[in-house]
Formats: sequence, structure tokens, C-alpha cells
Amino acid sequence: MTTNELLPLLVLLSSLLPGLVIFALPEAWHGLRTTLNLFGAVAKIVLVGLLLAGVQAGEVYGFRHVVAPGLELVFKADALGLLFITLSTVLWLFTTLYAIGYLEEAPHRSRFFGFFSLCVTATVGIAMAGNLFTFFVFYELLTLATFPLVAHRGTPDAKRGATVYLGYTLVGGAALLAGIVWLESLAHHTGFTHGGFVATLLPGNEGGLKAIFVLLIAGVGVKAAIVPLHGWLPKAMVAPAPVSALLHAVAVVKAGAFGIVRIVYEVFGVETAQALGLLTPLAVIAAITIVWGSLRALFQDELKKRLAYSTVSQVSYIVLGTALFGPIGTIGGLVHLVHQGVMKITLFFAAGNFAETLGIHKISEMDGVGRRMPLTTLAFSLAALGMMGAPLTAGAVSKAWLGDGAVAANMGWAVWVLTASSLLNAAYFLPILWRAWVRKAPTRWPEEHIVRRGFVETHWLLLIPPLFTAALTVLFGLLPADMASPLSWAQMIAGREYLLPQR
Amino acid sequence: MTERFVMLAPLALPLLILLPLAWAALAFVLGAGRGSRLAIAAAAVQLVLAFALAAAVMDGGPLHHAAGGWGAPLGIDLVADGLAAAMLLLTQAVALPLFIFARGYFHQDGAHPDAAGHHFWPLAGFLVAGMNALYLSEDIFNLYVTLELVGLAAVGLVASGGGAAQTAAALRYLFAALLGSGAYLLGVALLYGAFGSVSMVTLTPLIASASASAGAEAAEVALIAALLMVAGLLMKSALFPFHFWLPPAHGGAPAPVSALLSALVVKASIYLVLRLWLGPLAPLLTPLAWLPTLLGAAAILWGSWQAIHAERLKLLVAYSTVAQLGYLFLALPLVGVGSTGASASAIVTLQALAHGLAKAAMFAAAGIIIHATGRDRVDDVAGIAERLPLTLFTFALAGVSLMGLPPSGGFLAKWLLIDLAMARGHWPLAAVILAGGLLAAIYIFRVLRLAFLNLPEAMIEAEHHKARVVPRSAEWMAFALAAASVLLGLFGGLPLLQLVDGVGAGTP
Repeated sequence: MTTNELLPLLVLLSSLLPGLVIFALPEAWHGLRTTLNLFGAVAKIVLVGLLLAGVQAGEVYGFRHVVAPGLELVFKADALGLLFITLSTVLWLFTTLYAIGYLEEAPHRSRFFGFFSLCVTATVGIAMAGNLFTFFVFYELLTLATFPLVAHRGTPDAKRGATVYLGYTLVGGAALLAGIVWLESLAHHTGFTHGGFVATLLPGNEGGLKAIFVLLIAGVGVKAAIVPLHGWLPKAMVAPAPVSALLHAVAVVKAGAFGIVRIVYEVFGVETAQALGLLTPLAVIAAITIVWGSLRALFQDELKKRLAYSTVSQVSYIVLGTALFGPIGTIGGLVHLVHQGVMKITLFFAAGNFAETLGIHKISEMDGVGRRMPLTTLAFSLAALGMMGAPLTAGAVSKAWLGDGAVAANMGWAVWVLTASSLLNAAYFLPILWRAWVRKAPTRWPEEHIVRRGFVETHWLLLIPPLFTAALTVLFGLLPADMASPLSWAQMIAGREYLLPQR
Repeated sequence: MTERFVMLAPLALPLLILLPLAWAALAFVLGAGRGSRLAIAAAAVQLVLAFALAAAVMDGGPLHHAAGGWGAPLGIDLVADGLAAAMLLLTQAVALPLFIFARGYFHQDGAHPDAAGHHFWPLAGFLVAGMNALYLSEDIFNLYVTLELVGLAAVGLVASGGGAAQTAAALRYLFAALLGSGAYLLGVALLYGAFGSVSMVTLTPLIASASASAGAEAAEVALIAALLMVAGLLMKSALFPFHFWLPPAHGGAPAPVSALLSALVVKASIYLVLRLWLGPLAPLLTPLAWLPTLLGAAAILWGSWQAIHAERLKLLVAYSTVAQLGYLFLALPLVGVGSTGASASAIVTLQALAHGLAKAAMFAAAGIIIHATGRDRVDDVAGIAERLPLTLFTFALAGVSLMGLPPSGGFLAKWLLIDLAMARGHWPLAAVILAGGLLAAIYIFRVLRLAFLNLPEAMIEAEHHKARVVPRSAEWMAFALAAASVLLGLFGGLPLLQLVDGVGAGTP
């Protein structure tokens, strides 16, 4: 086995092996568990760094394992996959730190961190999958690994949320499976290819290919929470905050959105998808989801629920960008894949801090929280401003490219959708900021668990992750053209898809 | 090393039958304590032999052995081809961990097992000997003898628990088994009368030429014989609607027995259906291929439905067997290769292996849970994640394979089966397989989601006082079986498919 085969495998194993060991650890072995967790997270970052440097230098990384005649697990590290891997690897480290602080003294931590590691392994597998078969294997693994996390608290509510989640995702998985096998029976392979591989099947198979597209998109659309397949997401809110962060920013919805990108660009190819008339319906569904999610968010008093509906809306920005025919829209969608993750994880970290520190779960309880927890509220505010698309934040970059992309694709109506969504975002985020910063604090917080010591408003492990990701939100907005920014990365990927000269 | 290993193979054919017969007899004499140790040691040797046999068949094709030096037609021929070698491997691979599990399960409180524990070892020996002989047999009368041996040993194992319900279940099982083998024997007699032979190799061309000449008397007799034989075997295989005897028998027996029966015994008669249907009886039965497929589809839906509504944990697992056996019959009209190049019989074998390992693990896990809680209702698993995490994990892993989720062996088999169905344009079959997976998810997660519930502190205290200890070895063996069924999908599929189809066969 050569180094170029070994490296992708190691990236997978760096979270899988610690996860398996953690399962076996007794509950009381806190130190070893934390060490393993952090070792895995840091090792993965180092390995992904090596991978990035190698790809930059022109190395080709890949690994395949035959499971049956004609059926292979294929892993590869291409630019699109690396974008997703880097996002999830970096955010995983911060979510792990956060979870260690969040779950201090809580029961069942070995089980929690075991499945947590499996979850990230599945996400990285999805990112590196080189064909639909491999993608499906890890996509289903992700479902299985997240179920115990959603059910983690063991309350009847958690049980219900986990059951709903499972129902949606397993049915989606079945649709995905049907679509993949159907496609395989036509094309005899399912390998992701630049520009897609179904164009050669076109004459005579139009109907079948359209049906396959619907099955595939419906399958991954469940995880991406496209309306009307989004019902599980607000219910899965019962999970602990680090899990919500994982579901909404790093793993689950991202896996769905990433799947849509792969299917449109590397299975069908934009040209073929456009020729079959599939992109416009997809854009319309994305637009409906964007507006519907924002509207529903407006009426939630529970903070995490409002954030959940906001996720429904924001993830479909990625889908919309993918469905806009043309490189500019593609860039907007891909860059939002990263930006939404960074901003949404900040919001969930902050929401978790409010709940853990002061027992605040509802927006109506957030009066004056900015003075009690200024740093957390600052992080929350920056991310919320980003979501609205305020200038100099990451969100502004996404929205600008998406808007230009819509104009370039002759879909002017999409610009109106984006504008409406921005207004709605402001309508459901600004009142929260108003309450937090301007209104007077109550004499007693609902349930104060952690007492303030000097500048440290809560446990330091809960504080560092949101501050860091909030800083990233601003950084991506200030320096969009930097070499290492998500934007230049997205430009490179879009350039390849549309075969444009790279700038 | 490998060469020496393969050189064991010719010895394996007689030894795989003689060894279990020998230790069964010794276990009867020595008693459960030493008998169980002997059985476990012998099962380990058998597993090595089965591996050697499979390796040899993969390298050099089918192996023959003339028992006592007298070959057919005078004596008895033992033959092992890829399919037989795969089934032998399944039998030994499930038997060894299950025996270790059974030793822990029956001997947990000191060294005095109950009546079921005493009878288990000799009966299990005869059962394994019967199954191994069945897979190695080449003539249809010999097959009848082995079928009876397997059936009687299995009925004995079900009855060994001794309760009224178990005895009733055993009697019902006995009735079904005798009816089934009686019909089969009648078919064998008719064939012998018409063609003067019981060897499959001799019969195949005779039946083919008889059925080619339309209107010949021999063809009609052969058709009646074929229908009788298959009907009898379907009865023994518990294919819907002949499944009535299975849930009480498998659900009522002690856990190691349920595991043996569900994982292995029903597979033996299904193997025989496959052998005959695709072999000598093919020219007669091919037009009827839709019938078992239809019944298989009904079994998947009906069995799953019953499992979803079952009140007792082991009954849920037993009905899951009814459903899972349905998959094995779906492939009969799909003879040939799909876009991946695996044949229908190879895929069925893979499914049989995946189900065998997973179901043994699940019955074992259910047994541990019932033993630890002292109650057997599905609702009683609430909060079990707290007390028996390893066993719950075992149950979940086995469930992954039964639901056909990746990366398990059940998933690989399901994928290949759907692929084959779609390549042939059999869309409804693909739909049934997908629906079956979702229904399985409902009954598996019915258990899993309860297991994660938090119990009130007081109840946990009370439970801990009542809790009986299950040896760690038993828990780990159940886990090993479940892990094997999952790893089968990643590493076992390719060699297994090649073993059944022959290396290099079936490129699309």
C-alpha cells in the first residue's frame, strides 16, 4: 500500500479507531477519554493538512476496496471533497472541545463520544466517497451513528425526536438506494466524474433518468431538510447542544447538501441536468424552502427551534446555488456550504451556553443576557448578523455571489427570494439582539448553573469554540479573496466544473 | 502453510460428519460439564476443516469422497462444491461461538445445568452431524435420511426445555417436520420408480429428456414427484403460509436452541430447495418460479408485520426469521447474473450467511436480556442500555444486518438482489426488498429506542437487586457473531461469491 493510498484511509481511521476504543472505556476514565478524543481530532487536522498540501502539489490520493465483483468502495480526495472534509474536521475539533465542557459530569459519556466519533467518520467518508455506492454506505452509517446521539438524553421527548428523525432518514435512504441501483443497472458504474457520466445514456432514457434524479435528490434531500422533507429537523432539537451543532452545521444537513452538489455536478453534470429540465424545478423547491423556513422561524419562541427553522432555510441557499445554471451561482452555493456551517455552529454553541449557564431556552427569557454573558452574546450577534447577510460578514459574501449567479442564470426571481429571506432573517434575529443587548435583565435567571467569575462568564471550554467560529465568520467576510478563503476554493471548484480558465 | 491447510480438505468430508457424531455420543456419556468442553474443542476443529474445504474448493473445484471406498452407484458419494462448502462454513462458524455461548448460558449458576442444558450437547451434536451430512450428500434418498436426522434432533432440542408450552410447540413442530419429510420421501420414491436412480447426477439428464418429450408418462410422474418434494421442503423451511410452526418453536425454546434453529436448521431445507430447483428438477419447475417468489414476498411483509406487533421479545425475533427467509425465495426467477456479475444462487448464499450470523447473535442477545431482566416482554427492555450496553450493541449490530443497512452482509446481499431484480426488469421485487428493509427497521428500532430510555432511580435500584449475572464470555460470543455478520459485508462478500460462482465466473 503506497502513501497515497494510506493517507485517505488514515483520515478515516483517525476518528474511527479512537471512537471504537472510547466505547469500551469505563465511564470514570475521564482523562483517557478526553485525550483520545482530542488526539483523534488533532491527528485528523494534521492528516487533512498533509492531504491538502499534497493535492496542491499535484498528488492524487485514492484508495479502493472491492466488496463484490463490480462493486467497490472508492475513496478519493478531490477539491470538492476536501472543502467539506476541511470544514468538518476543523469544526469537529471545536465541537469536541465544546462537548467535553458541556457534558462534564453527565452520564453515558463513553457512549456519547463513541457515537460522536463514528458520526465524524461517516461525514469524512461521505466527503471522500468516489462513487455513489461508497457515498450511500457512509450516508446510512451517519444515520445510524446520529440516532443514539439524538436519543441520548433518554427522555420520552428524546425518544420521540429520535424516532421521527429515523423515520425520515431511513425512508430517504431507501429512495436513495433505489435510485442508485437503478442508475447502476443502466450505467454499470456509479463513479463520480467531472461533468457527470449520464450524458451517454441520454437517448431513449430521458424518463428513467428524470425518475432517478428525483429518487436521488429526494434521498439526500431528507438530510438537507428540503421542504417538505424537513419535518425531522425541528423535532431533533431535543438533542444536547453539541449534537445540534453537529446535525446543523457539520454532519447531517451538510451531508445532504453535499450529496446534492455531487449528484448535480458529478453524476448528472450541470449541462445534462439543464438539458433534462431538472435544474429549474430544483431551484424552485430550494426557493420555497428558503422562504418557508424563514417564515416558520419567525413564530418560534424556543431559541433552538428558531435556529432549526433558520437552518432549513439557510441550507437551501446551497441547493439554490447548485441549481442556478452557471459558474457564479455554483460558487455562491459552495461558499455557503462553508459559511453556513461556521455561522450556524456559532449560534448553536451560544444557544447551548445560554441554556447551560442560565437555563435560558426561550427567546422571551433572553432579556438583558448581553450584560451577563457579553462574550457569548457577541459571538451570537456576529453570527446572526452574518445570517442576515450584513456587510463584512461571511453571509454577505454568500448572498452577493448567489444574487449575481441568479441574474447570470436569467432567474431574476431568485434575487427576490434572497432579498425576502434576508428581510425575514433580520425580522427573526434582530428582536433577539434587541432583547439581549438593550432590555433590562430580570432579577433572577431561570436556572443559573454556572456562576460568573471575573471575565469568565461560563465554563472556558464552552466559551472558546463560539468565539473562534464567530471570528471566522468575520474573517471570511473581511478577506474573501485570500488564497486560503472558502471563496477562492469554491472558485477553483466551479472553474473545473464549467471548464473556465482559473484565475 | 496454505498448502498444508488445503491438504486437510479431503479429510474434511468424512470428518465433518463423523466428528460431531462422535462428540454427540461422548457428551451423552460424559454429561454436560465435560461434554460441553469436548463439543467446543471439536467445533473449533470442524471450523478449521470447513475453512480448509472452502479454500480447496475455491482453488480446485468440487471435491469427492467415496465413503468406505465404495463409490456410487453401489456406495455413498460425498461431494462438496462451492455452495455446499459455503453452507458448511456457515454451520461451523455459527456453531462454535454459539456453543461457547451455550456453555455460559446453561452453566451460569455453578456447575449444575438444568434439563435443557443436559440434553443440549448430545442433541446439538446430532443436529450438526445431520446438517453437515445433508450439505455433503449427493443422492436424494441420502438427503431424506439427513433431513430426518436434522428434524428429529431439532424437535428434541425444542422439547428439552420441558414446559407445557414448549412441549406443545415441539409436537406441532414434529407434526410439520414429519409431514414435510413424508411428502419429500414420496417424491423420492416416485422418481426412483420412474427413473431407477436416486443420484442427482444420474437423474438430471433423465428428467431433462423426459420433460422434453411432451406427454410422456415419466414426465407426468416426475412433475408430481417434484411438486411433492418441493412442497414437503417448503413446509420444513417455514415459507409463508407454512410458517405456523416456527414462531412458537423458535420463540419458546432456550436461547441457544432458538439461535441454532433460526440461524442454521431452516437453511438446510432451503438449501435443498435451491439445489433441486436449480439442478435436476429445473426443467419441470422453472415455469413455476413465480410461486415461491410470491410466497417469499408475502412472507417478508407478513413476518415483518407480526414482528412489529409481537409482544414478547423472542417472538419478535422469531417472526423476523419468517420475514428474512422470504428473501431467500425471491431470487428463484432471477437465475443468471446481474450488472455486478454475481449469480442468484451466490447472492442467496450470501443472504443466508448474513442472516444466519445475525439471527444467531440476535437470539443470543435476546436470551441474555431476558435472563438478566427475568422478563420477556418487549416493553421490559426499557433502560437496558444502562445495564447491558454490550448486549444492546450486539442486538443493534445484528439488527443492522437484518435491516440491510451498510456495511453489513445483509446490506451487500440486498444490494446485489435489487441490482439483479432491476437488471431483469422485475420492479415489484425490488420494491418488496426495499419495503422489507424499512419494516425490519420498525421492529428493530422498536426495541432499540426503548432501550435508551432512562428509568427512574428507584426502579434501577430494584432491577439491580433482581439482576442475574450472565457470564461475560456469553455476551462476547453473541457480539462476535453480530460483528461477523457486519464485517461479512466488507470483507466476506467477494470470496464467498467467488466460492459459489467459481473464480472468474460471471463477468457482466
